[in-house]
Amino acid sequence: MRNDASFSLHIPEPDARPGGIPDFSHLHLQPAGATARPAPDTSGIALRDLPFSFVRVLDEDARAVGPWAPAIPVETMLRGLRAMMLTRIFDDRMFRAHRQGKTSFYMKSTGEEAIPVAQSLLLGAGDMCFPTYRVLGWLMARDYPLHDLVNQIFSNEKDPLHGRQLPILYSARAYGFYSLSGNLGSRMNHAVGWAMASAYKNDDKLALAYVGDGTTAEGDFHEALTFASVYHAPAILCITNNQWAISSYSGFAGAQEAPLGARAVGYGLPGLRVDGNDFLAIWAATQWAIERARANMGATLIEFVTYRVAGHSTSDDPTKYRPSDEANHFPLGDPLDRLKRHLVTLGHWDEERHAALTHELDGQVRAAMKDGEAIGTLGKSKPPVSEMFEGVFKKPDWRVIEQRREMGV
Amino acid sequence: MPTMNMIQALNSALDVMLERDPDVLLFGEDIGYFGGVFRVTDGLQAKHGKTRCFDTPIAEGGIIGAAIGMGAYGLRPVAEIQFVDYILPAYDQLVSEAARLRYRSGGEFWAPITVRSPYGGGIFGGQTHSQSPEALFAHVVGLKTVIPSNPYDAKGLLISSIEDDDPVIFMEPKRIYNGPFNGRHDEQLKSWAGDPTAEVPEGHYTVPLGKAAIVREGKEATVLAYGTMVHVAKAGIEDSGVDAELIDLRSIVPLDIETITASVARTGRCVILHEATRFAGFGGELSALIQERCFWALKAPIARVAGWDTPYPHAFELDYLPGPGRLAAALLKVMED
Repeated sequence: MRNDASFSLHIPEPDARPGGIPDFSHLHLQPAGATARPAPDTSGIALRDLPFSFVRVLDEDARAVGPWAPAIPVETMLRGLRAMMLTRIFDDRMFRAHRQGKTSFYMKSTGEEAIPVAQSLLLGAGDMCFPTYRVLGWLMARDYPLHDLVNQIFSNEKDPLHGRQLPILYSARAYGFYSLSGNLGSRMNHAVGWAMASAYKNDDKLALAYVGDGTTAEGDFHEALTFASVYHAPAILCITNNQWAISSYSGFAGAQEAPLGARAVGYGLPGLRVDGNDFLAIWAATQWAIERARANMGATLIEFVTYRVAGHSTSDDPTKYRPSDEANHFPLGDPLDRLKRHLVTLGHWDEERHAALTHELDGQVRAAMKDGEAIGTLGKSKPPVSEMFEGVFKKPDWRVIEQRREMGV
Repeated sequence: MPTMNMIQALNSALDVMLERDPDVLLFGEDIGYFGGVFRVTDGLQAKHGKTRCFDTPIAEGGIIGAAIGMGAYGLRPVAEIQFVDYILPAYDQLVSEAARLRYRSGGEFWAPITVRSPYGGGIFGGQTHSQSPEALFAHVVGLKTVIPSNPYDAKGLLISSIEDDDPVIFMEPKRIYNGPFNGRHDEQLKSWAGDPTAEVPEGHYTVPLGKAAIVREGKEATVLAYGTMVHVAKAGIEDSGVDAELIDLRSIVPLDIETITASVARTGRCVILHEATRFAGFGGELSALIQERCFWALKAPIARVAGWDTPYPHAFELDYLPGPGRLAAALLKVMED
């Protein structure tokens, strides 16, 4: 033990900056199959070590191994692969559309597609997802119409949100997708309230909420965990730890001091730390949390370890703050590629079919974009200006009525 | 008809709504078993059950956030914030979420929540138990802000707020929970008994949001007030000898602009009274609206009587809170102008 003459202020610093050699050893990952699977009805106190371990199913050879290996119908895995591919193709097309001035803003979820896709397929129609802006895969897995996405992103006349919301901050109630907003963390409390309401009504609807690693530092996150713990809310609270919050690495959320999933321990909630690039591990962990919630044992916190391959948004240049080849060094690989290899290994998929599906999905995205462009891109088409005045209240008050009249709409 | 003070009238409103609508539930700090620090929810847990009226963690953002989620689910939650001074940790939930949910989601989700909170000064509660932050909410489009001044209105407005499909901040002037207060500290405190507004029906009734009450008719000037200040205004008008019309706004959003402009157009003079600090207070908005709409009818500049622009002081509370004397002086001045 040192006894220094004075204190020194610690400012966290990632292992590598531009030009450096990426290093992810601080993640303390474990091989597939290494972590035991406790029965979902195990008491919280017996699960305290769980978030310090690592749930991983697909091994280096893309085989499902260990106690967490789930039984997923092949058709479901193929649907998952398709939704992940569609998400990635769509993201790439839309990112380019932004560069062409067709939209004001876009955010990609590249490298993180497996998480919302697996969970969207697993949860029921009555359940509700409280999303972040990086879970487009949820909608893709439920066949949300591509043209509605495009029209929202182009803010054109057919924008389902009537031109009132920034691109990609979707709302899709019929698809179990709660209204998105640009402020962070606040909807985790809504998820817990929603789950409490389900329990209050003796319904069986689950809430599932996402935050990123950076947002675990928000007070809302901790309030949500407190409420979830106190009221045994049937909620699945997910952290997508993609290592970066714009330019701040997860160390600024305290992730180097303890795994984010271990935040659960202090709240008496079960916490899991899961390979977020492993479709099967995501499925298994979520299934475990669902079983637990269905047994009226309340909420589970799940940290998905993944990597934000793209920049934060179209306004960000990640080469300014992290090694440009960092994604290639991320030890959990690419989620899409891993599921594909697993299906190939099982004999249910091959390169030929993969190429054909890529071509088909790209055609669908291009067709949807073309339809959207025909209606109009940003600035070329917009909903009627009268829409600006709708929905402030259920019934407009005199201010809205007068101002609308003043504008002549 | 039973006589109720404001606490009893609010309790009755909550009781009626718990009875009528299984989707109504109450929660907040200390409101369950104990019945709330001001006793507004007294007996409701015992009568309606633990899931209908329960305690929460000390986490205002969590309370309002959970209420929004419940509202989106289809419930009509009524959350209590123990003192409105403590609502600020929930400000993001109210501003960025509750107020915006319907608009940003294209009408797919909304937050039919009511946030009740003891409000205002006059109980020597110091800085964190006395403030009047209504302007912080009135400025936020998408929120409704209600401030009753008597038991009858309190019950009817609270029922309207709970039944409203938009988020409502319902501020309860704690100085008049147990009796009207006219600002005359030297007089014996009165109870609500004998006051006509304390005659409160036991069952369900509503007082609509956005409909002001003309408390006293007058020809020479218009006084605008809400909450405790309605009672201060009554006393100040009496002291001044001016034949002033007194309007109790009841809710500042929605605002009954028609009643206000009709009155000022008739009287030609206006004094605005609130206990919140003056600069950028709600009186500023009222003054601007009246100037825009009644300029040619005005015989004198609009006057504002408000809390001084200082943090809420403890020992100086009686110097800080507007009293009848300050209102009377303002009325006499607008009569001279």
